[in-house]
Formats: sequence, structure tokens, C-alpha cells
Amino acid sequence: MSSLRTRYAGIVRRRIAWLAFFLGALLLSLATDIATGPSGLSVSEVLRGLFRRDALSGPQGVILWEIRLPQALMAVLVGLALGLAGAETQTVLNNPLASPYTLGLTSAATVGAALALVFGWSAGGLGQHVVVPGLAFLCALGASLLVLTLARIFGTGVDLLILFGIALVFLGNAIVALLQFIADSAALQQVVFWTLGSVGRATWPKLAMLAAALLAIGPWSLGDAWRLTALRAGEDQARSMGVAVERLRTLALVRASLLAAIAVSFTGSIGFIGLVGPHIARLAVGEDHRFYLPASALAGALVLSLAALAGKTLVPGVVLPIGIVTALTGIPLLIGLLLTQRRTW
Amino acid sequence: MSGLRIENLSVSYRDRGVIENLTLPVLPRSSVVAVLGPNAAGKSTLLKALAGLQPSNGEIRLHGENLNRMDANLRQHRVGYLPQALPLASGLLAYELVLGAAHAAGGGGGPGRAERESRVEAVIREFGLETLAFRRVSELSGGRRQLVGIAQVLVRRPQLLLLDEPTSALDLRWQLEVLARVAAYARSEHAIALVALHDLNLALRFCDWTVLLTDGRALACGPMNEAITPEALARAYGVPVRIERCSQGHPMVITGGAPGSGRAD
Repeated sequence: MSSLRTRYAGIVRRRIAWLAFFLGALLLSLATDIATGPSGLSVSEVLRGLFRRDALSGPQGVILWEIRLPQALMAVLVGLALGLAGAETQTVLNNPLASPYTLGLTSAATVGAALALVFGWSAGGLGQHVVVPGLAFLCALGASLLVLTLARIFGTGVDLLILFGIALVFLGNAIVALLQFIADSAALQQVVFWTLGSVGRATWPKLAMLAAALLAIGPWSLGDAWRLTALRAGEDQARSMGVAVERLRTLALVRASLLAAIAVSFTGSIGFIGLVGPHIARLAVGEDHRFYLPASALAGALVLSLAALAGKTLVPGVVLPIGIVTALTGIPLLIGLLLTQRRTW
Repeated sequence: MSGLRIENLSVSYRDRGVIENLTLPVLPRSSVVAVLGPNAAGKSTLLKALAGLQPSNGEIRLHGENLNRMDANLRQHRVGYLPQALPLASGLLAYELVLGAAHAAGGGGGPGRAERESRVEAVIREFGLETLAFRRVSELSGGRRQLVGIAQVLVRRPQLLLLDEPTSALDLRWQLEVLARVAAYARSEHAIALVALHDLNLALRFCDWTVLLTDGRALACGPMNEAITPEALARAYGVPVRIERCSQGHPMVITGGAPGSGRAD
């Protein structure tokens, strides 16, 4: 009979294979997303244009480099950010329904964007393309600080944190509804479009900011991987192993808040990824956070990238907002994994 | 000085004193100490305070070292704590839980990776968990989860074991097995095991010493055969009892009379 350690080594190899699968599928989805669009660029033109922009005509270069590439990459980066943020949130709140959305961050971002859109704020001539995401980010950050502060005052009981978050969701929804009620028809349309979630506002500077946040926060999260894994045995168990649980919970929520705040301020309300990415990852690689954290990020990115692709292809000639189609791509993936894992475990 | 010394220990929950100025005789090494008492007597609080999970005042010295002044990392190497709550029904594998606990003991001059993996394998086999090692904890019964929790503590080889009702979810066979293994561990590693128990007969059979608590105070403390008397038990639990020997010679607690009718005081 093989030793337990040999069998565990086999399990670890399978998990690494899952990570490779998610990465491969993500790259394939990204390439297909870049090569797909209503403008009729051929695959060979896209390939040539990727290496030499001047091989394309002016409008074709703009389509590839200013629209398709930033939007496709934005879907990937936002998916990575929300998947990772969701995984950490679910672990430290010990709740499979937790996500940045549950903490009220998405609602707060929507309040910020709606304020800027309804009142037409342009903050000293900065323009709405800066003010809307800027205010959305500030509101999301404010919401996370509020949750963390209230939790610190009343003790970081997990149920209390979730209750605060849910209260913020309802408060945010009420404020947005009020703003929609008083908005003129043009502003109302913009607020509704923002709440649908879209990568259509992607730009290279926004991509750079999100990539920088991921590069800073990703390794930081992975550095806490074993402590987060220990927490999955229970709070007292983790404490008895030397894990400072309150500190870990606060740091994880700060990381998740930052990632989610930046991501949703650029794309609008996308709530589903932070929930489903970690569940897909959990089914594939379990809850050892050395694998679970990267798998959650990759699964989130894969679902959102597939959603971006589906948004372009479901209705010919029309690009659907990504927030509408995330559930359409995420749920089949989740159900497929549920069925597969039931057969093999 | 060898053993566990507890002097003037006080523990409060939100301004409510649960344990006040508790001082005990030195609990000797290589012994299993039953922490007994009725519900809300302070058994779990005492174990949490000794584990450093509950702030406390007073002195806790393990073999002369003051645990409350010890670096937290070093303290968790010395002390192994099993909470009353079972390990969460998570998606982690049972093997991973035990491996993670061994990893926690790995830093700062602890065992190397190969040694850790050998310990994990040994303790998993010792508790009959080898066929369940690669199941998710969420798929295990309560009793198996409790065994995994005990394996998590023992794999770290602590000098002080604090086990809060370690047999609450176990069947009869595993209640006996677990306490026998804890006793064997304490003797072979010269460790001290404090075990909070409700089953007085298990305590009489496997424990060498006892601390009998009521309302955060020690009603009795000492070697089991001296400290546990029918009078002390009747005072602690409010039930008349007698202690008799069974045909195998083991002492057994037998209740008699209606609850509350036999207070010795």
C-alpha cells in the first residue's frame, strides 16, 4: 500500500494540473475574445496587428489596440481581482455566500458612480470619465472602511460583519433608487448602463492601475495562504496554531476591499464573479489556499473572459454589457464541475 | 521547577469574573489531569487561558517558564489545545488538517519536512483515519472530525496538552482509545495533559490527578484517589453519589437519590 505522503503528492500534482487547465483555458478565451468583434477583422489581421500596429489601417489599429485589447484584458484582470477578493472574503467570513458584493462594496461603488452621473459632477474640469470611476472607488473604499471600523468597535464577529455588509447593500440600493428617481432621462440611462457592468470603458491607464494592484496584493495574499488554510479548520484551532485571527481577517478584508473597489469602479456592478470564482476553484482544487487562491482568481478571470466573448457573439452586431452575461457563462461551468466532481470523488 | 504551576489566575469575560484567584498545587509532568465540574464551572475558560486564547492575570508556569510572558510562537510550540468545537466541516482534506498542524510546529527549530510527514502518517494511522485521510472534512462524521482534531494536537508533540471534552462526539471504543493514547503520550513524552470531561468514570479510569471546579474556584485538587470523594462530587454537582469498585477493580461513580437531595453541605 502506498504511503499517505505518496498519495498526497499525487493529489498535489492533480491540483497543479487544474491550475494549468484554468490558465490554458483563460489564454484561449482571451485570444478568441481579442479575435472576435463586429468589425470583421480577420484572425490573420489581428495576429499581424498584435505584433505590428502599423500593419493595420488606422481604424483597424484603433479597433484592435484601443478597443478589443483593453476590453479583453480588462475582463481578465477584473475577473482575477474579483475571484481573489471573493476567495479571501469567503474564507475569513467563513461564509460560502460572502463576496465583495456582500460587504456592500459594489453597492457603494454604484452610489458613487450614480452621484457623479446624476449631478453631472466634473470636479474642476477632470471630466466624467475620471470622476465617475474615481467617486465609485472612493465610495467603495469608504464602505469597506466603514465595515472594518464598525467591526473593530463592536468586535470582529463574523456574523456582525456580514450583517453590516448586507445593511450597506440595502442602503446603497435605496440611495441609487432615489438618485434614479430624481435623474433626468439621459442620466438615468447612464446609471442603468453602469449598473449592468461593462468593460467598454477600459483604457490602458486603468489596466495599468488594476495590474499594479494585482501584482502588489496577489503575492501578499499568497503569503498568508497557510494561515488562511488553518482558519478553515476553525477559529480556535487556528488561534491555537499561532494564527492571529483578528489581524488576518482585517488584512484579508483590506486586500479584498482594495481589489474589488478598483475593479468595480472601472467596470460597474459585477457581483457574480466574486461568488462563483471561489466555488469553481473549491470544487477543482479544494481549500488548501496555496492552490485555492490562484485557482479562484483564474476561475474568476475565465468566467469573465468567456462572458466578454459571449457578450459579443450572442446577439450578432450587438455587444451586450458583460454584467448581463456573467451568469450565463459562470453557471454552466459551475454545474459542469459539480457533475464531474460527483463522478470522480 | 518541573510541572505546571498556576497561581492567582483570574479570567474575565467582559468585566464578569469567570475564574478568580485560582491557585493550584503543582500539576506533575507525565500525568493526565481531569478538569471536572458542572456546566459553566469555568473548565473551558481555564483551558483557554492556559492556551493563551483568553487574556488572564496571574502566573502560569510550565517547568518554570512563565507562559504569559513567553513569545506567542514559542508558546504554541509548547502548548497544544483542542477546542470544544469540532473542526469546521470545510473542504480541506483530513490529511491536510493534520499536515497543517504539523507545519505550524515546523518553524523555529521544529521538525524538518520529512520528520513532519512521518509524524502525520503515524498519527493518522494511530487514530484509524488512514482510509479517510483524503476525504474532505465536511464528509466526515462528528466523531471522525473529533479524532482529526485530536490528531492535529498530538502531531505537534506539545509539552502541555489542553483537551476540552475530547470524547464528546466519540463512541465507547474511541472514548477509551483516545484517553488511553493521551495517557500513553503523557507518560512517554513526560508531558502534562489537562482534559475537561463530563464522564466521571472515564476520568477515574484514565486520569492521575483532578481539578474539580465550581463557579471558577477549585473545590478539590490533587491525586485522583484523594481529591475525588463522594462528598466533593455531591457538593460540585448537587447529586448524591457513591464510589465503588467494579469486578475489575476500577473505581466507579454511581449516582443515588434524586438530583439535589444529597448535598453534603
